[in-house]
Amino acid sequence: MEYVDHHAHMTSRTTDDYEHMALTGCRVVTEPAFWAGYDRGSSQAFAAYFEALTDFEPRRAARYGIRHYAWLSLNPKEADDRALAAEVLPLIPDYLDRPNVLGIGEIGLNRVTRNEVATFEDQVDLALRHDHLPIMIHTPHLEDKLKGTRVILSSLGSERRVRAERVLIDHAEEHTLAAIKDQGYWAGLTLYPQTKMSPQRAVDAIEIFGAERILVASACDWGPSVPSAVAHVIREMRRRGHSEDLIRRVVWDNPCDFLGQSPRFETPVQARGPATV
Amino acid sequence: MDDLFGSCPLSQQQLVEEYFIEHRTKILDIAAFLDRFDRARVRDAEHDPRVAAFRQALAALVEVAGPRRVHEVQMLLSDPRTDVLDELDRKSALGAYGTR
Repeated sequence: MEYVDHHAHMTSRTTDDYEHMALTGCRVVTEPAFWAGYDRGSSQAFAAYFEALTDFEPRRAARYGIRHYAWLSLNPKEADDRALAAEVLPLIPDYLDRPNVLGIGEIGLNRVTRNEVATFEDQVDLALRHDHLPIMIHTPHLEDKLKGTRVILSSLGSERRVRAERVLIDHAEEHTLAAIKDQGYWAGLTLYPQTKMSPQRAVDAIEIFGAERILVASACDWGPSVPSAVAHVIREMRRRGHSEDLIRRVVWDNPCDFLGQSPRFETPVQARGPATV
Repeated sequence: MDDLFGSCPLSQQQLVEEYFIEHRTKILDIAAFLDRFDRARVRDAEHDPRVAAFRQALAALVEVAGPRRVHEVQMLLSDPRTDVLDELDRKSALGAYGTR
């Protein structure tokens, strides 16, 4: 079955990974700007990164029949540095007209500091000032996820211009999913071998919370991660006897519905024929 | 699925047939980790909050009734507060609340 991976840090992956994703049915990846594993530390480094996301990666993906889109931001791991934020955020509007840019992301919180919240709110405002571009939000890791999600929901709730249907709150887990969905946002389940959701737990969450406004992604990056993780969700849903219609809704219709709110996103025509996974 | 919202399509017997072996492996890995912890030459983490949270989570697996074990374990491992930090203390989370 063909699928969309809405969160894949392909800059950190090899070209072989694009090929493997294509072989498992991936037709579209969207790549949010994120932390490199070290602080980039300068606006020049971010400008080079935004160039890679909007020029090099789409060309690299296209060689394997994968459409590549990007989200731009100052990532949460460096968002505590307000001086850096003051340099980087003004760069972003210059890239928003690039043909593969969908919106602002991934923004959010890391350790949930006062500065991180300020930079998060600056970037939400940036999206709102540009016709409410779609927003992709990173929720913190591990023990900080609950707290960070609560602070993010509170911040978004106090901003009257925010339209929940244009916001994806990513890296949701069992203890944060209900609050995200109850407030009308899209929720992303990211499939990470150690620190986030397994394919089995993601399918559990779909069974418990319903498929409405839920997306799944590999979130593959420079850490332990699996670029074809969405295909593992497809296999897990089949293993449990879920219908092909429900599977397609999760891995294709839902991401296309959310991403399609950007006029830049073109919904691919699905191939007919036997499933690839 | 809508008629059976919240349920798993497989029967309990099917779940056992399909998933028992892989979860048998996982529970043995946990047992081995705890044994390894006890066999450590230097006993310098008996009071590490991560270990305490881990033991609480194991207890919750047995004590929690009904399908809320994952939620309860997530809550046991999470920082329950909502106040923001005035300054960045470190770059990364460590896995369980209480770790300093």
